[in-house]
Amino acid sequence: MNFWVIQGLNGLAFGSLLFILASGFSLIFGLMRIVNLSHGAYFMLGAYVGLSAIDAGVSFWVAILIGGLAISVLGAIIERFILRRLSGQPLAQVLVTLGIAFIIADACVWIWTGDPRPVPMPRELAGAFRVQQLAFPIYRLFVIGVAFTLAATLWFLLERSRLGAMIRAGVDDLSMARAMGIRTSLLFPVVFCLGSALAGAGGVLAGPILSVYPGLDTDMLPLALVVVILGGIGSLLGAFIGSLIIGFIYSYGQALFPDLAYVILFLPMVLVLTLRPTGLFGRQAI
Amino acid sequence: MISTSRPQIVLGLVAIAALLAMPWLVTSDYYVNIATQIVIAAILAMSLNVLVGFGGMVSLGHASYLGVAAYLTVYLTAHAGFGPLAGALAAIAATTILAMLFGYLALRASGLGFLMITLALGQILWGIAYRWASLTGGDNGLGGAVRPHPLGVDLMNPTAFFYFALIFLAAAMWLISRFIQSGLGQSLQGARDQPRRMRALGYNVWLIQWLSFVFAGFWGAIAGMLYAYYNQFVSPQTLHLTTSAETLLMVIAGGTGTLFGPIVGAALVVILKNVVSAYITRWLMLLGIIFVTIVMFMPEGLVPGTRRLRGIVRKRRGSPTTPALPVTEERPT
Repeated sequence: MNFWVIQGLNGLAFGSLLFILASGFSLIFGLMRIVNLSHGAYFMLGAYVGLSAIDAGVSFWVAILIGGLAISVLGAIIERFILRRLSGQPLAQVLVTLGIAFIIADACVWIWTGDPRPVPMPRELAGAFRVQQLAFPIYRLFVIGVAFTLAATLWFLLERSRLGAMIRAGVDDLSMARAMGIRTSLLFPVVFCLGSALAGAGGVLAGPILSVYPGLDTDMLPLALVVVILGGIGSLLGAFIGSLIIGFIYSYGQALFPDLAYVILFLPMVLVLTLRPTGLFGRQAI
Repeated sequence: MISTSRPQIVLGLVAIAALLAMPWLVTSDYYVNIATQIVIAAILAMSLNVLVGFGGMVSLGHASYLGVAAYLTVYLTAHAGFGPLAGALAAIAATTILAMLFGYLALRASGLGFLMITLALGQILWGIAYRWASLTGGDNGLGGAVRPHPLGVDLMNPTAFFYFALIFLAAAMWLISRFIQSGLGQSLQGARDQPRRMRALGYNVWLIQWLSFVFAGFWGAIAGMLYAYYNQFVSPQTLHLTTSAETLLMVIAGGTGTLFGPIVGAALVVILKNVVSAYITRWLMLLGIIFVTIVMFMPEGLVPGTRRLRGIVRKRRGSPTTPALPVTEERPT
């Protein structure tokens, strides 16, 4: 019994981290039709930047801000000077983001060396939360809280604000949205920066749980892809549900069949692609 | 379409003659081994080019077939008691079956979705190789494969192994070009350019693309089998995204949709990687920079790109170039 609760909470915490990463990836893909293969690298770079900020003496909370801000600035530069020059060439854009991912990954090894580095946990969230005989790290509960708050905020932003309405219009039918006078060229940088900031801040947030190491980027990126394939393109709800599904599968899988945890990841993809290629909540086939 | 002009045929014959004479021209085993690496990479790149160049399906998971076939070859021959021939055949057959499954999954989507699914499937395989340590040796990889002695020839000799691999490259060149010129290959190119029109004409586009996918996976498996015997060792790196990306770079650099361009691309990438690795450890960064540079400035590939630049210099007037990266089709909703 305890095992299932604890692993369930672990899955929820991992799914929360995935959601922070995948929601930005899914929004960018949905609106801009850019498969941002740098997204995992943004996550890792954000974590390293946050780590350096903490080493320099700032608090964990400021480090999250710095990580998010740094990566959103990087994202803005890449969007403005590289991706926009390749607009209308989706494949070229994917390959450029892949190249950038390699450059960032290697630069991280160069700057921060190849050793795994744990990000120190904020002192106020250290320790465990106890109910009867169950003990669960407070920090993971906090991460779960952050993801649910983020999901609610993003939902509100997308469904209830004018900006969100424009983004949704762009996701559904870009050329029609343009024809209706929505300046999508202004939306693109906003969404790309938002997604990048989420990846960067998410990396810092994940640091105390996953720690930072070379290869974190290529560990996380395919999971984000699987989440989007599972949930459907540009669907916030899909990213949320998909993240939780993968989080649970990964957590229970690693506890029950440590060798096969990765094999089990095939299952949801096989099922969804066979039965519902649009993803659980998507409107169009990927 | 393939147009084999006279200079191209001459160039091809010269290249083949040079390859055949290679072991006499260079006496050092080091260079013979690099030539063998080029031959293996060329088979893999040619197989990927069937998808990318002629099918318009950009896969970022083609290392899957190299890696799975290599792992199976090493595992079956060194740890499961298979003979060298039986092990190789079983590995190639199993990998081809895997390509059937992956092709079925990836072809549920087209364009960018196809790319995402192939990448995700490939990285999951990498995760299995990396984490299922009791079976795959994890990060340490799997060793112990011994090069076979077909017909009494000792393949431990680098020159002998070079010719052994060259036979497979020749077979790949012949059979892949036959495939491209066959009805199936022609309809694959039709499905790349005009999928909806092909469907309207009664072609089963899905089946055409799936068969091509399996065909490409089969040649990827051949490359993997050679890779296993060449290195006598296999590590998760074989399955990693960077290997898929390197292979895609070979295809793009050589010019997609040209039959023998990927061989040139393979030579460029393998030589560059060996030269660079001798001096610095920043291969991954260089790979990234090359990707960005090619996409930004030479979208039609290095070989056609240089030809175009030469043409501009000669004529002072650039001819309109077609981007070699296939344009992904948006599905009608």
